[in-house]
Amino acid sequence: MEKMHLKMTVNGEEMETLAEPRELLIHVLRERLNITGPHIGCETSHCGACTIDMDGKSVKSCTVFAAQAGGADITTIEGLGNPDNLHVLQEMFKEHHGLQCGFCTPGMITRAYRLLQEIPDPTEEEVRFGMSGNLCRCTGYQNIVKAIMAAATEMNATKEAAQ
Amino acid sequence: MIPAAFNYHRPDTIEGAVKLINEFGDEARVVAGGHSLIPMMKLRMTGLSHLVDLQGIGGLKGISVDGDTITIGAMTTQHELIVHKQLSSRAPIIAEAALQIADPQVRYVGTIGGNVANGDPGNDMPGLMQCLDAIYSLQGPSGQRSVPARTFYEAAYFTEREEDEILTSISFQATGGGYAYEKQKRKIGDYATAAAGVLIEKDGDKCSAASIALTNLADTPIYCEAAVAALVGTALDPGDVGAAVKAAVDASDPSEDNRGPIEFKKHIAGVVIRCAIERAIERA
Ligand SMILES: Cc1cc2nc3c(=O)[nH]c(=O)nc-3n(C[C@H](O)[C@H](O)[C@H](O)COP(=O)(O)OP(=O)(O)OC[C@H]3O[C@@H](n4cnc5c(N)ncnc54)[C@H](O)[C@@H]3O)c2cc1C
Ligand code: FES
Ligand code: FES
Repeated sequence: MEKMHLKMTVNGEEMETLAEPRELLIHVLRERLNITGPHIGCETSHCGACTIDMDGKSVKSCTVFAAQAGGADITTIEGLGNPDNLHVLQEMFKEHHGLQCGFCTPGMITRAYRLLQEIPDPTEEEVRFGMSGNLCRCTGYQNIVKAIMAAATEMNATKEAAQ
Repeated sequence: MIPAAFNYHRPDTIEGAVKLINEFGDEARVVAGGHSLIPMMKLRMTGLSHLVDLQGIGGLKGISVDGDTITIGAMTTQHELIVHKQLSSRAPIIAEAALQIADPQVRYVGTIGGNVANGDPGNDMPGLMQCLDAIYSLQGPSGQRSVPARTFYEAAYFTEREEDEILTSISFQATGGGYAYEKQKRKIGDYATAAAGVLIEKDGDKCSAASIALTNLADTPIYCEAAVAALVGTALDPGDVGAAVKAAVDASDPSEDNRGPIEFKKHIAGVVIRCAIERAIERA
């Protein structure tokens, strides 16, 4: 099958690649664009490890064809922070032991980022419900929830200080 | 999990999309959110060589409220239904049901049109639309027609929609009275073991109107006429509710699968139908 010329914005950068329409977005990100933050856990739309932020929505990139993402604005964990300048969520996952093996973490943090954009001051219940598309086999979720609550508090304090 | 190869199209008008599916016949399929279709394509259970993406068609999006008539464009996502304030005040059962579908990521992309057109008995919106007595608008090469949700479903994955028709919008009347969508599932993100949508209106102490429909308790959603007849005109006493629950369970026809044997499903059906009726009465 003929390849398509795809353009998308990933982490603020315009990117172009050739891909078959049937290629999954997660494969194009990881294998063609070398963006390996989003992981492949199940490849069947269940685990959330492949979660990216696409046009302001948390999306499982294993359930999107690359062709559908043509023209999209995508943010992955790489776009949220880096080792020298961690995002508050990354800081808080570290601080509160919100990860063990770390496999689910890029998806968790990318989803939590969008959740906090929509609900800046969530209750624990709202965090648990809002994170219910992401599975973790290690932590038992307790510390993931704590880390997200702490990040919300931190982000709100920074916002207030700036006002 | 790589699907078979296909050609990709992204038309920007309804007419353009209809033309493509008409031209390619059963080799073409439309894709909305893709969250039912792509998993099937990955399993290679759906053979197609042309995928027609509806995301570029502005005319398929949005929610409008005109007097008591609510119209929802097919490409409106479950997330958009949940956060729409006017929809939640005029037909709160929609958000209550949508919040019980899948998980947040799926709700951001899954559309109402895809959910009702899919024909999977596990989908929650078809039962909900039968409960609301919604009308589906379909557009094909020879024009537009309307089909009630209550007669749209023929068997699992078989509907009234012709292969070269696109479901463009769904409309129904705003609800008064009480409502409830109750769903039993094994975990978040699972399809229903059994689910029921209920609407109840009261005039004084009497039930003046009602609607009851079931999800995943047969090959198609079920509108429960006998259960409705058991409630309308009564004072909604426990005996009346019991008779309606029994009539609705009798109308169900579940089959055994990994969610349990038939006896179990009928038992769970009884529980969710009763919960839904009681909650709707409390809110009426
Ligand atoms: C993990 C997971 C859990 C889920 N849990 C639930 C659940 O609990 N309850 C539930 O109801 N659903 C559930 N779903 C399904 C989800 O809600 C789907 O998004 C929805 O069923 C289909 O909507 P879509 O927009 O993704 O449609 P698509 O997958 O794009 O399309 C589905 C079918 O409908 C056809 N179609 C789509 N739009 C139109 C149109 N406008 N006109 C004509 N034909 C059209 C397509 O050709 C295709 O055959 C789940 C999905 C996943 C991945
Ligand atoms: S890899 Fe996409 S949901 Fe698991
Ligand atoms: S930390 Fe190991 S899967 Fe979540």
